[in-house]
Amino acid sequence: MNGVHDMGGMHGFGPVRREEGASPFHASWGGRVFAMMTALTRGRHTFNLDEMRRAVESIPPAEYLASVYYALRLAALRILMVEKGLVTASEIDAMLHKFGQEPGRVPRAARRDDPALAAGILAEIERLPQRPREAAGPRFRLGDRVVARNQHVQGHTRLPRYVRGKEGVIHRVHGVYDFPDTKAHGRGNHPAPVYSVRFAARDLWGDTAPPRDGVYIDLWENYLDPA
Amino acid sequence: MHDHGGGGGHDAGHHHGTEHHHGGEVSQTQLLTAALESLLVEKGLLSSDTIDQLVERYEKDIGPMIGARVVARAWTDPAYKQRLLSDSASALAELGIHMDNLVVVENTPAVHNAVVCTLCSCYPWAVLGLPPTWYKEPAYRSRMVIEPRAVLREFGLELDESVEVRVWDSSAEQRYLVLPDRPAGTEGMTEAELARLVSRDSMIGVARAAAPAHAR
Repeated sequence: MNGVHDMGGMHGFGPVRREEGASPFHASWGGRVFAMMTALTRGRHTFNLDEMRRAVESIPPAEYLASVYYALRLAALRILMVEKGLVTASEIDAMLHKFGQEPGRVPRAARRDDPALAAGILAEIERLPQRPREAAGPRFRLGDRVVARNQHVQGHTRLPRYVRGKEGVIHRVHGVYDFPDTKAHGRGNHPAPVYSVRFAARDLWGDTAPPRDGVYIDLWENYLDPA
Repeated sequence: MHDHGGGGGHDAGHHHGTEHHHGGEVSQTQLLTAALESLLVEKGLLSSDTIDQLVERYEKDIGPMIGARVVARAWTDPAYKQRLLSDSASALAELGIHMDNLVVVENTPAVHNAVVCTLCSCYPWAVLGLPPTWYKEPAYRSRMVIEPRAVLREFGLELDESVEVRVWDSSAEQRYLVLPDRPAGTEGMTEAELARLVSRDSMIGVARAAAPAHAR
């Protein structure tokens, strides 16, 4: 999807703002959002990270740019909880209405502990994810020249605009990973080889780029053709 | 179809605390967070203690001190460094860290590495904890691939023209950790002392490891 999330090489965002708060979570609600998302993805596998990214990318561009990171995750959480049938949209509306009855008060979520459930979810998050078995052997080898496909898929993809149509060199073969373009949309895992591809900065950004600098980006085989 | 309002717009531009504990306005974001948490908890899909424990882990237990231990070991043990660069999963496991998708890239006087995720915010959580806010924001994500030297200069890192800059865009499932160059004047320091020189930013590649006198 040619969305605003695909930011590599864009201009106009100004200097990097380095100031940081004391908590990595922006605000305490951010920590709750992070924990809910982590528990439902890596803990319960209710949805996968590609679906989460696809949901984030579906947020309209102006809202995306105006939102902090955890607010984007919260919006994605709402989309996916409804999509996966965990809750209905009207249940969310009713709960919002209930909390909205006490304006000015920080809402407190319902509290219910379940130590066995917590232990199970935390253990599952600790576990290393299962990698797909080897698919067909990698088509490219170290040093091969490849070109990133000039394709503009409507849905989720991990092929950013700034490398499309550009030529690079296979730097490393990472192994086989599920294909996000299909996995994000419930169309199967379709594992395929992933490579680190080196693009010369000059091939991406023109002759003013320093001659020896490069950008290394990880790309699925399905995004590449021989140069 | 975009009825997920309340998730974002209200906090536009506010990158610091937006909570109002003593009266004042409560954001739609806070309301929605509490609403979703209540629904998940009431339906038994998650529990309050699950959420508490995950927050606590990432606030306290998981952070850049883990990556710093790895770097300090690599600085003091050349064989370990080779294992780390060629097969990070087993090298990390030696230190009790379970992560099988980390690529460690080494800074030298001739090569400087830095990490970004232009499409979202992929980051090596298991060794660095949660990413800083700037790592997730448009300025860093957009500029790091097209003008890394200018971005690094804003972080106070001026690189000579002769240094080759390698930017790693974490666009798939691999995560990247920069092994910073060991500072001069650190001969004879212990691993624990060395680890204190290794900042989070130096492992993202936007800073150097601290010189001994500057260690906190």
